[in-house]
This record gives sequence, C-alpha cells and structure tokens, in this order.
Amino acid sequence: MVQAPDLLAQTIWEGLVSGVLYALIALGFVLIFKASGVFNFAQGIMVVFAALTLVGLYEKGVPAFLAVILTLGVMFALAVTIERVVLRPLVNQPDIILFMATFGITYFLIGFGEAVFGGSPKQMIADQLWLPKGAIDLKLFGGLVSLQKIDIAAAVIASVMIAALAAFFQYTRIGRALRAVADSHKAALSVGISLNQIWVIVWFTAGIVALITGIMWGARSDVSFALEIVALKALPVLILGGFTSIPGAIVGGLIIGIGEKLGEFYWGPLIGGGIESWLAYFIALGFLLFRPQGLFGDKIIERI
Amino acid sequence: MFYREAGQFKSTYSADMAVFPIWQDRVGIAVILALAFIGVPLIGNDFFISSVMIPFLVFSLAAIGLNILTGYTGLISLGTAAFMGVGAYAAYKLTTFFPGINVIVLVLVSGLFSAAIGVLFGLPSLRIKGFYLAVATLAAQFFLQWAFVRVPWLFNYNASGAIEVPQRTLFGLPITGASASPETRYFVCLVLVVGLTWFASNLVHGKLGRSWMAVRDMDIAAELMGIKLLNAKLTAFAVSSFYAGVAGAMMIFFWYGGGEAADVFNIRLSFNILFMVIIGGLGSLIGSFFGAAFIASLPTILKFGLPALGVPLSGAAAEHVTFMLVGALIITFLIVEPHGLARLWQIGKQKLRTWPFPY
Repeated sequence: MVQAPDLLAQTIWEGLVSGVLYALIALGFVLIFKASGVFNFAQGIMVVFAALTLVGLYEKGVPAFLAVILTLGVMFALAVTIERVVLRPLVNQPDIILFMATFGITYFLIGFGEAVFGGSPKQMIADQLWLPKGAIDLKLFGGLVSLQKIDIAAAVIASVMIAALAAFFQYTRIGRALRAVADSHKAALSVGISLNQIWVIVWFTAGIVALITGIMWGARSDVSFALEIVALKALPVLILGGFTSIPGAIVGGLIIGIGEKLGEFYWGPLIGGGIESWLAYFIALGFLLFRPQGLFGDKIIERI
Repeated sequence: MFYREAGQFKSTYSADMAVFPIWQDRVGIAVILALAFIGVPLIGNDFFISSVMIPFLVFSLAAIGLNILTGYTGLISLGTAAFMGVGAYAAYKLTTFFPGINVIVLVLVSGLFSAAIGVLFGLPSLRIKGFYLAVATLAAQFFLQWAFVRVPWLFNYNASGAIEVPQRTLFGLPITGASASPETRYFVCLVLVVGLTWFASNLVHGKLGRSWMAVRDMDIAAELMGIKLLNAKLTAFAVSSFYAGVAGAMMIFFWYGGGEAADVFNIRLSFNILFMVIIGGLGSLIGSFFGAAFIASLPTILKFGLPALGVPLSGAAAEHVTFMLVGALIITFLIVEPHGLARLWQIGKQKLRTWPFPY
C-alpha cells in the first residue's frame, strides 16, 4: 500500500464518490423508514424510474429543465398513488408485509418503466442540465490523481441536498410534523397531523432524492435497469449507518464505498477479483454482530 | 353435492387428526397423482412436459423450501437461488467424483451440502431478524453467485465456465444428458417432488413444524414454552436449504441439462420464488404448488395465450405486462388475501361443503 500513494488516493477518491451515490440511495430509504416505518425496497427502482422518465421526456422533445419539473410531477403522482393504493389499505400490518408490498411496487415499476420507455440503456442528458464534464488531474504523492468533475459536482449537490433536508426537518412546520410521525403514529394523529398527507410528502421527498440520485448516477454510467442491482448496496449502507439516521446513511455510504473499492483493489486480485459484489454485505454483517443498531441508529431493545 | 362430509364419523383420534380427513379429499389426491403419473406422460407432448411440467415441479420444490423458512418460520430470505446453486454444483461435483453412484442419490445428497451452507448463512438469524436477516441472505446470494463464477474447481476447470451434465442411467434408461427423453426426466422429477412433499408434510405437521410455527407467531412465547430458538431456526434453515438445493440440482440435471449455471441462479430467481410463496400462500404446502404454477406459467400464458385469443402482444410487451401483473398481484394479494391462492382454495372447498346453503 505504501509503494503507490497516488493509486491509494485515487482508489479512496473513487470509493468516496460511489459512497456518495450509495448514500443518496440510502437517504431515500431512511426518509421513508423514518416517517412510515416502511422499508422501501422500491427506492432503487424509483431512482431508475425517475432518471428514465427524465431522459424519456427529453427524447420526446421536452426542454431539459421543463423535463425535470415534469419528472417531479410524475414522482408526486407516484407518491400519491402508492399512498392510496398500497399504504392506506395495508396500514397497521406487520413490517414484513409492507416490505413485501414494496417488492410488488418494484416489479410493477420495472414492467411499467420498460413498457413506456423501453429497456435499453439511455444516455443521461448531463450537458443539457449544465453538469460539468471532464477531469481535473492533481499532482499528488508523485503521481497523477484524476478527479472527474461530475463526481465533484455529485458530492457538492449531495451535501447541499442533505443540508436542505436537515433544515427542512428541523425548521419547517411539515418537518416538525414528520418528526412527530416518526416518533409515534398515534400521538401524531391525536394532535391532528394527517398521516396520509405526511406519507405523500415523505414519498415525494424520497422521489426527489431518487431523481437527483438518478441524474448523478446516470451521468457517470448509463441509465438502465442494471442500476436496480446496484441499489441493493443501499441495504448494507443502512445497516452500517442505522435505519433511522440521515447522517448515518451518509457515513455508512462513505465507509461502504471506500471499503469495497480498497478491498477490490488490494485483496480482490488475490482471490479472483470481482469481490465488490459481496464485500459490502460482509462488512455490514460483521458490523451487525457488534453493533446491531448501526452507527447512529436508535437502539431498539428487542431480545431474540 | 359430492363434496360433503355428512356421515363420515371418526372413531379414533388419529383419523380425526389426519391430513385429509374427508374421503373425497383422499380420492382427489389419488386422482391428481394418477393424472400426474399416467395422464401427463400419455397426453402431453414433449414441449409440454419439458418446458411446462418439469419447470413447474422444480419451482414447486424450491417454493416449498422457501415456504418452510418464510411461511412456517417467519424468517425472510432473498437468497434461495444461491442455495439452489449450491445444490446444483454439489451434485455436479459429486457425480464427477462418484460416477458409479446413481445420480438420484447424488441429487438428494447434494441437498445436504446446500443445507450445511444454509445453516452457515442462517447463523446470523439468531441475533438479527427481519430486514437485517434479508441482508444476511443477500450476502449469501451475491457471495455464492460470485463463487460459482470465480472458483474454477466448481466447474472442473473447463474453458466455458459452464457445467455440463454427463449422461447417467437408471435401470438402463438414460435419465440425464442429451439422450434422456422428457418423459423419463419428468418421472424422476415427479417421484422426487412427491416424495419430498410427503416428507415436508410430515415435518410441518409434526413436532418440528409446530415449533417453527411457534417461533413465527411469537418467538418470545415460543422460548418460554421450552422451544429452543437456536434449534428451531437452524433446522428451518437446514431443511429449507435442503429443498432448495435438491430443486437446484434437479433444475440443472433434469431441466437445463447444463449450461451457465451461475447466470441461472441469480437474484431474479430468488425474487420469483419469493413471489411464488407470497401469491401461493405463506405457510401452506399446497400454496407452494399453486404459486409455482401461477408464476411459472404466467409468462407463457401471456406470450402464447393472448395472441391465440386475438390480442396482439409482442414478446417484449408480454414480458413487461408480466412484470406489471406480478407486481400488481403481489400488492393485491397482500391487501385482499394475505394467505394467497391456498386460502382461496380452502374457501372454495368450504363453500362446496355447505352448498347450496351459504352457511
């Protein structure tokens, strides 16, 4: 590891970048889990769906920024539909049933997305959205470390969004209501907070996060349904960070991102390579044994 | 009219506790078995047997396996396909090492390897549950799938990276390999599935099954009643993975006949089997068959059935519709009938019993 500090720096940087993207997906999970106790398996496909809608609309001739707004509208419609069709009839069911219901949402969205926009990978409209491209080469430790501008932009946008979400939760009326619902559904209901409204807001917020994640991820690779598998990486991130913590999602994402890139780079070749596909899960599993509630999660005392 | 139990009095406890207490049910099972053993090979053509019936049997067995874990014990698993893969590769390795031993024995033995791996990945279930366990099983899914590609020993270092099933015979008839007729392969699958279903039925109606269900319904109460959670959960993992492993070995040996096994046992397959369990009915053996029949036949029905009815539907569109339909059906079933198709079947029988009166 010592011989090539520039390679180490490059690897860590790449890990950081994919960590930010994992964190963004995990953020969508956390938002929904906090406010409705639903473990939303469909967050990954929502990212794909949002990105596909954006690109699909653009290809139909809608100007790029109008397409963003229209996509937001679609995500809002999706949030309302999910609340009406899935969540409301299933309220008060065991968590595991709601979890399985989100599998249903996932499959429906896969089929729907493919039927409307086609299953082939698409190019994200990064230029039209004024996202930077190209790379900055830094001279570090006697070698070149290349930073993609789009990655820097992703990190910046992610930070801004997290700050905005934190402020939204902390200072606005709706944010207070969301925190109340997260603490206790019943108590929130009894002081006149509408659960249905809150759920729509939360799923819509998760939709916005999904859209931003989709744009960022689509700009690095293509927009395709392959992302769906990558989105499963958000699960170990959540375990590491704790299911209910926004900072936890970020820190967990970064740890997983850096951990798996370093693991792939240094130990991968020893056992055949490609260990990125499962390393994250093993990191999370090992962590579970010592701290089941995650880094920042609420300690739920549940004896098994 | 015919399905009525009036006049059938039980005079022993064992008759009262029987799995099929009504003689019409016993006759029904006999008819279904007769159809499966005699009717299908006589009437069905090769296409029907090898691409409808054999997949159906394989999926049913895998669904029974997952149902034991998820439906009876309440532990969610997203790694069924990986355990199926373990069975397939174990059977392949075993038949390379012991070419003299009958392949059916090896297929059953390979289930034991799968069970061992299943217990290993089930160990975290003692400390964690719910979503956390889903991550543990996902770890199994991705790790094992990776191992199937990257460990050349598993596929005997051949260049293609695929496993090729050699020809093996039973009573002089080829049952695996290219020259095995669909009927023979179907018979072998059928015997295995019927036998293992009978075994599973005895398990879930016995002491072990009761302890699984107790753990599912309330683990703390189960522990208070003296059920050892460690034993109950790990046996559930072991039995479930055993079934999955046998199903996987059957899938490669009697259905695919080789090929890119690592691609077959992907996470999509895991999800599909979970859907079979949900739609068929959690905690029901017959539901596993219903679910497998439903999910496995849906794409075929949409692809060939709708154009035959005059609804034009291209192959790609049929696939999209399948996805949407499966997704919508999962949500519908969870909302309307959480016990799945098996419960609908029960309701139907109940209605028949009291027919023509509704109560």
